[in-house]
Amino acid sequence: MIETSGTSTAKRHAPEAKPGAAPVLEAHNLTVAYREKPVLWHVDFAIHGPSLVGVVGPNGAGKSTLLKAVLGLLPVGSGHVEFFGQPLRKVRNRVGYVPQRESVDWDFPIQVLDVVLMGTYGRLGWIRRPGAAERTLARECLAKMGLEGLENRQIGQLSGGQQQRVFLARALAQQADLYFMDEPMAGVDAATEQAIFRILAELRDQGKTVIVVHHDLRSVPERFDQLLLINQRLVAHGATKDVFTAEILRKTYGGRLAILDELAVALKTGEPST
Amino acid sequence: MIQELLRYNTLVILAGTSLLGLVSGLVGTLAVLRRRALAGDALAHATLPGLCLAFLAVGHRHLPSLLLGAALTGLFGLACVSVLARGSRVKDDAALALVLGVFFGAGIVLSRWIQNRASEGSKAGLDSFRLGKTSGMILADVVLIGSVSAFVLVVVAALFKEFRITLFDTPFARATGWPTGAIDQLLMLLIGLVVVAGLPSVGVVMITSLLVIPAAAARFWTDRFEIMACLASFFGMVACVSGVILSTLFEDLPTGALMTLCATAIFAVSALFSPRGAVAARLRKSAGPGGGEAQSELSRSFELPEAV
Repeated sequence: MIETSGTSTAKRHAPEAKPGAAPVLEAHNLTVAYREKPVLWHVDFAIHGPSLVGVVGPNGAGKSTLLKAVLGLLPVGSGHVEFFGQPLRKVRNRVGYVPQRESVDWDFPIQVLDVVLMGTYGRLGWIRRPGAAERTLARECLAKMGLEGLENRQIGQLSGGQQQRVFLARALAQQADLYFMDEPMAGVDAATEQAIFRILAELRDQGKTVIVVHHDLRSVPERFDQLLLINQRLVAHGATKDVFTAEILRKTYGGRLAILDELAVALKTGEPST
Repeated sequence: MIQELLRYNTLVILAGTSLLGLVSGLVGTLAVLRRRALAGDALAHATLPGLCLAFLAVGHRHLPSLLLGAALTGLFGLACVSVLARGSRVKDDAALALVLGVFFGAGIVLSRWIQNRASEGSKAGLDSFRLGKTSGMILADVVLIGSVSAFVLVVVAALFKEFRITLFDTPFARATGWPTGAIDQLLMLLIGLVVVAGLPSVGVVMITSLLVIPAAAARFWTDRFEIMACLASFFGMVACVSGVILSTLFEDLPTGALMTLCATAIFAVSALFSPRGAVAARLRKSAGPGGGEAQSELSRSFELPEAV
């Protein structure tokens, strides 16, 4: 039986965007190619904060690619991106990132607290070392993610859910205004997923914007305020209640919608699935 | 024997090579964690033709010129590796092995040719670079090696956190604004400096072992990056000093080989007798399930829900 999980985190009492404020993220005609093959084209959108934004689409459709291209980790074929109305290099300190877990070597000799401290490096700049203030901040972020007591554990010794929460703690330590998260719920159990969504909603309620690449359609409607639906191009963008429709989902996923997801969509939208 | 060791020259050589051993272990830690050890080896082998060509140009063992020649062909070798690996036909490890073989082979041919035509005195000058020879080093040489090592030490100490973030999580580092490409190239430059500075005492063939073995040994004692770096520096220093001391006692044995054997002894002790080593693991296993590591494996595989 499909159940609607836990508490809805969709916008209820969140602060409204200031009228006339620059969008937190704006993409103009973005095209990304991989080895001369275009994988993402003509992506054009403007996101106003504060908001919890979901990036959804089938596997291989370019969701991660979009995130990485926007952050400058992949070369952009054409088009450009603005953060708070400026190029990324001017506002780096306001942008946080949680990469996919696979990018890390878990045998690396590093402990949990040191990983979280890396979130403070950006503000320290060259050569300066993290001091007492940074350590205190790192411990607070760990506590917020429920990881106190694990500061001196080598990261390879943690469970998958704990590792994910360490990465999130590191992002919190960046003290950013705009966060990008690439599949933060991958390989994480239901209780941890709920806990993470609660923290993301808190960030949104504090006035920040969180953009999350998410793979599980079931949790989308009650978790995210806005959606970007990607299938090698931007299929739709808007408030969840406007774009999470059977028609748009069919356009995004083609015939690849898994049975369970179709049922979930049918339940939400009240339309019979094909 | 003590008098041998306390001679001014020997003390100066000890001071210079212990500094070299220290930065070797330190940079070796970075190289091993960044998986650049093989690139370091290719660079080392690619220095041989440069040493020979510089020797031909200068006529005698003038260390700064020889090391400059070594550095030039070493870097040229790495450039060849980049160009080769850029296409998709020759992959990284094949490109490294290719360059290593070609340059070293050319170097051997050159050095053989030089030996056949040069006089006795100059022969000895070039041979010593293959496996290292500290006896007979002059003060000026040691000062050069020491200065290069000191420079490397200062750079690594200053940019320690920058190396840490780049080595551990490159995408995150880049996303937060760190120039990881430049930091990678800086690391390669530091490896190059350590290799070139190590050629006189350790030699072309053995210098990579001095980079890798102390770091590999240090990994057995700690899970913390900075401790591993310090321990590797210490082990590198001990291996170098022991090698030099043994080398003054057995003058016809190559220093580089002796240093490597000392480093290997340290590694063997670490791999066997450290808390993370083989002996301790065996003792834990025979103590039965429920001990330390077995427990975390178990809870990890069941993904017990954590209270938040």
